[in-house]
Amino acid sequence: MYQFSGKLKTFALAFMVIGALGVAYSFYNGSNTTLEDAKEIIANQHDTHGAATVATHASDAHDQTKSTEHAADTHANDEHAEHVLHQLQNRPWSAFYVSLFFFLGITLLVLAFYAIQRVAQAGWSIVLFRVMEAITANLHYVSVIMLLFLIATFMHMNHLFPWMAEGTFDPTSANFDPIVDVKKMWLNTPGWLMRSIVYLAGWNLYRYFVRKNSIAEDTAEGIKTYKKSYHASVIFLVFFMITESMMSWDWIMGLDPHWFSSLFGWYVLASLLVSAITVIAFVTIYLRAKGHLPFVNDSHLHDLAKYMFGFSVFWTYLWYSQFMLIWYADMSEETVYFITRFEDYNLPFLGMVVMNFVFPILLLMNSDFKRVPWFIVIGGLVILAGHYIDVFVMIMPSTVGDQWFFGIPEISALLFFLGLFIYATFSSFAKAAPLAKGNPFLHESEHFHY
Amino acid sequence: MSNKVIHAFYTDDDILMDAVKKVRSEQHHIEEVFCPFPVHGLDKALGLAPTRLAITAFMYGCVGLGFAIWMTNYMMIQDWPQDIGGKPNFTWWANMPAFVPILFEMTVFFAAHLMVITFYMRSRIWPFKEAENPDPRTTDDHFLMEIPVHNNEKELTALLKGTGAVEINIVEKHS
Repeated sequence: MYQFSGKLKTFALAFMVIGALGVAYSFYNGSNTTLEDAKEIIANQHDTHGAATVATHASDAHDQTKSTEHAADTHANDEHAEHVLHQLQNRPWSAFYVSLFFFLGITLLVLAFYAIQRVAQAGWSIVLFRVMEAITANLHYVSVIMLLFLIATFMHMNHLFPWMAEGTFDPTSANFDPIVDVKKMWLNTPGWLMRSIVYLAGWNLYRYFVRKNSIAEDTAEGIKTYKKSYHASVIFLVFFMITESMMSWDWIMGLDPHWFSSLFGWYVLASLLVSAITVIAFVTIYLRAKGHLPFVNDSHLHDLAKYMFGFSVFWTYLWYSQFMLIWYADMSEETVYFITRFEDYNLPFLGMVVMNFVFPILLLMNSDFKRVPWFIVIGGLVILAGHYIDVFVMIMPSTVGDQWFFGIPEISALLFFLGLFIYATFSSFAKAAPLAKGNPFLHESEHFHY
Repeated sequence: MSNKVIHAFYTDDDILMDAVKKVRSEQHHIEEVFCPFPVHGLDKALGLAPTRLAITAFMYGCVGLGFAIWMTNYMMIQDWPQDIGGKPNFTWWANMPAFVPILFEMTVFFAAHLMVITFYMRSRIWPFKEAENPDPRTTDDHFLMEIPVHNNEKELTALLKGTGAVEINIVEKHS
C-alpha cells in the first residue's frame, strides 16, 4: 500500500495555502478598483501609445487606429471607463476560472480516458487503472468549487458572461441585444445553472460508482463487478460526449455570446484530452520512480507518450480547422474572435501553437524518445503549459480584453489548484492497492510489451 | 561446397518464438523464418537490426511537403492566379492558410506510398517475382525455420525436436 508521504503533503498544502492567500488578495484588490483606476489606465495607454510611435511601421499603423479609437471614445469616455472597470474587476474571477476549468477539465478527461479503457476492454492499461482512479478523485473537489463559482456567477457577483447583464432580453432597455435575444431558449441563467448542475452531478456519480466497484473488484469472485463497471462506463461515455460539448458552450463559448463555432466542443475536448494523458504520464513516472509501480514497464510509458504525440496533432488539426474556415469565409461576426486574439494576445495565442504542435511533434516523433521518462517530462511540461495558455486565450479575451497579464491572480489560482490536485490524487492513491488485481485483463497488462 | 540447410516446421507462433530463442541461445545461426502472418516480436527474437523504414518515411514526408509547396506556388500564384473569395493571390505566403490541407495531404501521400514501395524493394518483392518460401505450407498454417548445416545435422535435429518441431527436413539448397 502506498503511503502519502509527509513531504509531498506539506508541498500540496503549502501550494494551496499560498494560492488561497494570493486568490484572496487578488479578489480584495479587484473589488477595490474604482472608476478612477480605470480612467488612469486608459490615460496611461494613451501615453504609451504616443511614445511608441517611433517604433516600426506595423505598430505605427496599429497605434494610429488605437488613438482614433480613443479619440472617438472621448464622447463616451465614461462608458468606456466603466467597460475597462468591469474588465479589471473580472480579472481575479477570470484568473481563478482559467485554472479551475483547466484542472476540472483534465480530471474529467482522465475519467473519460479511463472509461474508454473499460469500454474498449483494453488490456495494456490495467496496471495504470489505480493511477487514473486516483487522479479522478480530484473531480469531486473541483466540482464543488466549480458549483460555487457558477452560483456566484448566477448571482451576478461578476461580469464574466455578457449575456447575463441586466436588460439583455428587454427590448426597452439600452442593453437590449437582439442577437442574444434569439438564443433565449438556451442562454438563460436558470437553464444555464441547472444544466451545469446536471453535468457535474452525472460525472461525479459515475466516478463515485466506478471507483467503489473497482475496489470491490480486488476481492470479488467472478466477473460480476467487471461487467457492472463496463455497463456504467458505456452509459457514462454517452452522457459525457453530450455533456462535454454542452459544457464547452455553456462555460466557455457563452463568454462570447455572439460568436459560435460548431467544432468548439471537440476543440476543448482535444485540448483537455492531451493534457489529461500528459498528467497520467507524469503521475505514473513519479510513482514509478518512487518504486510504487514496479509492474509498469517502459512499454506502458511508450503508449502514453504515443497518445501525447497523437492527440497533440489532433488538437492542432481542430485548432487549424476552426481557424481556416473562419479565415476563408471572412465573415465579420466570426473573425472578431480571432481579431481580438491576434491583436491583444498575439504572443500567447501563436506561442501556444508552437508549444502544442511544433515542440511535441519534433520531440516525441522518435520512437525511442517515447520510452525515456525525462523526454516525456520535458515534452509534457511544454504541452501542459501550452494548453493552460490555450484555456487562457479561450477565456481571457472575452472577460478582461486587453487588460490581461500573467501576475499574482493567475499564478496563485494555478498554485491553489495544483496543490489541491496533488493532495486529492495522492491521498486517494494511498487508499487502495496500487494494482487493480481483480481485473480479468491484468495478466495481459503486466506482460504488455511493445 | 555443400549448401545443406535444415527446415524445421512449427504449427504455433508461441512455440516458434520459444524455439527461436532456444536455438539462438545455443549459438546457432538462423538463416530465415517463414510465417503465414507477422509474428509480433519475432524480429527482436531473431536479433535483426531495427528497421530504418521510419526514417525513410520522415524523409519522404519532407519531400512531399516540399513538392506541395512548389506545386501550390506554381499552380495558384505563378501560372494561373485566381481570385477566390476575395483572397489575395500575389504571394504564396498570404494564401498559405488555404494551402495547408494540400501540404498535409501531399506529405502523407508521399510518405505512405514511397514507404510501401521501399518496403517492397527491401523485401525483394516486385511484380512477377518467384516466391522464395521453400514450402507452400508456410502460406497456410505452418511456420518454417531455416538453419544452415555445418556437419552438425544430428545435434541440430535433436535440438529442434526438443523445441516442438512437427517436421524436420534436411534439404540441399539450390542457387
